[in-house]
Amino acid sequence: MGVFKFASCDGCQLSILNLEDDLLALGQALDIAYFPEASSRMEAGPYDIALVEGSITTAEDAHRIRSVREQAIVLMTIGACATAGGIQALRNWADVESFKQVVYPSPQYIQSLSTSTPISGHVRVDFELWGCPIDKGQLLRIITDLLAGVRPRLSADSVCIECKRRGNVCVMVAKGIPCLGPVTRTGCGAICPSMGRDCYGCFGPTEGARTGPGMPPNTASLAHQFHQGLQLIPIEVVRRFRGINGDTESFKRESESWEKKM
Amino acid sequence: MAPETRGILPLADLQRLLDTLHIRGYRIAGPTVRDGAVMWETISQISDLPIGWRDHQEPGRYRLEQTGSAEIFGVVHGPQSLKPFAFAPREPLLQIKRAQGGFSAHPELPEPEKVAVIGARACDLAGLAIQDQIFLNSSYQDPYYAVRREELFVIAVNCTRALPTCFCASMDTGPRAKNGFDLALTEIDNQLVLEAGSEAGSDLLSALSLPLASHNVIGEAAARVEACARSQVRRLDHTRLPQALYDAYEHPRWDDVAARCLACANCTMVCPTCFCHTVEETPDLTGQQTEHARLWDSCFTQEHGYIHGKNVRPTIKDRYRMWITHKLASWIDQFGTSGCVGCGRCITWCPVGIDLTEELPALLASDGRQSAKSTSGNT
Repeated sequence: MGVFKFASCDGCQLSILNLEDDLLALGQALDIAYFPEASSRMEAGPYDIALVEGSITTAEDAHRIRSVREQAIVLMTIGACATAGGIQALRNWADVESFKQVVYPSPQYIQSLSTSTPISGHVRVDFELWGCPIDKGQLLRIITDLLAGVRPRLSADSVCIECKRRGNVCVMVAKGIPCLGPVTRTGCGAICPSMGRDCYGCFGPTEGARTGPGMPPNTASLAHQFHQGLQLIPIEVVRRFRGINGDTESFKRESESWEKKM
Repeated sequence: MAPETRGILPLADLQRLLDTLHIRGYRIAGPTVRDGAVMWETISQISDLPIGWRDHQEPGRYRLEQTGSAEIFGVVHGPQSLKPFAFAPREPLLQIKRAQGGFSAHPELPEPEKVAVIGARACDLAGLAIQDQIFLNSSYQDPYYAVRREELFVIAVNCTRALPTCFCASMDTGPRAKNGFDLALTEIDNQLVLEAGSEAGSDLLSALSLPLASHNVIGEAAARVEACARSQVRRLDHTRLPQALYDAYEHPRWDDVAARCLACANCTMVCPTCFCHTVEETPDLTGQQTEHARLWDSCFTQEHGYIHGKNVRPTIKDRYRMWITHKLASWIDQFGTSGCVGCGRCITWCPVGIDLTEELPALLASDGRQSAKSTSGNT
């Protein structure tokens, strides 16, 4: 197994290191051959499994991901950046040149693409793990499935189902908080609503890739309720959907439709 | 039940009932205020109960209010019915281990526990009776449900206040607890009228040696429950069911409600009768053992409609139609009763406030196009 980093905060790689006891079992079940975040021992490919963290934001990375793909039998993205472009995909609606001027004293040294794009926009991806960061249980499960030769499968249910199984009180109905749970994919264990706050969609849209006309997520109805029922003004609705997974198709369409109402 | 079997207990003496249950080895679950709603929690004192609180419910909205009164059972209900007590949200079923030349499977039954639930409403009892029918009264009795159900002691509370979302009177399931309880309480003016509904309930009632309730008090309690029934503003007219819903299969209203429905499954999770479940495996990394567990599932999920190679219910419209048609129509063919008990939870806990008492008449209206409402009408 190799673990590769692109534009990201390293949090998903840390989730691997945070596997604790399971990390030892993982090290016994397979050979962790390339993981610079964890070890200076770096073995050359090819790899049976490549875990890819981060999005593509530079021309160099757009080239490097092709080399990772060529060396890997199974390529799996880990986290919102690699799977959906991440929070840095906010640049897709903005002028990156102006950011450079404001942030860096010598902006001429910064070489960056004008967009942040998911790995699947560049190479074929075999499996995608959502989340910011990923859920370590889901990661372990997928690796277990791959080791057993079983095609991995993750639930595309809403966060609401997990909330109700856990006995959480709905923050939207009981507190009037605009929660993205009804349109967000399960996998986190409903962490935020369990702490009494709203889901902000870090696991991406329910049924993300398979969506089509009339299929979930129904972002339009939820956005309408945020506006009409919970009195969010259009810019607030835009910000709800334009977050960590703002560049995924359904969330993007929703935020852009409310941008027109601003 | 003859009036003679009814005792009367001042509110302040409710603790005696709780203590007696404790002595008999019960864990007591009661409504408690948590995170802005009432939820079942383990209680031991009267002060754990939602004294003085009232709930306000409307489509997509739930709020609690402290009135300052001494009323103990002023909150009608929270999102949970009795469902989680016997049909656990996640139930480990089997531990499967790899063995020489194959595998072995060990059933993992839950530990038997005596649980007394105080505060169940008539709609909750009706929901539990339906779940019993599904999990116990068939040729495939569910042993996991049976273990949890066996030691459940149910103390019902007759409703003397209806929420705007309640419609149990039209479903003939409430607001008076008719059967399926061990004890039933009616709270009137700082006292509780107690009525036994089972042998275990009678036994507990005699152990409390309460003064008998007078005919006046019993009459007053009944009158308040009657008034509660009359005050219900929602109703569900099921006289033309199931056939009318089957005939409405292509009604344009399905498109209208599908535009509002989030397919988030909250309605099915809070429904006292919804029993759909899925199973999951949790294997260990070495591939030597796995836990096979049952989880609450819903007809609103993608996988629910998935059969080999195809999803038969890909759209939200397909899923909402499946839910309502089963709940209100084919349930009657399958089990002989409606799958709806009129508790109104699906109305309150729907994040966008979809109201099945509004959807059904619209779906059964002969000219669907006239009755179809736009999205903006639902807030």
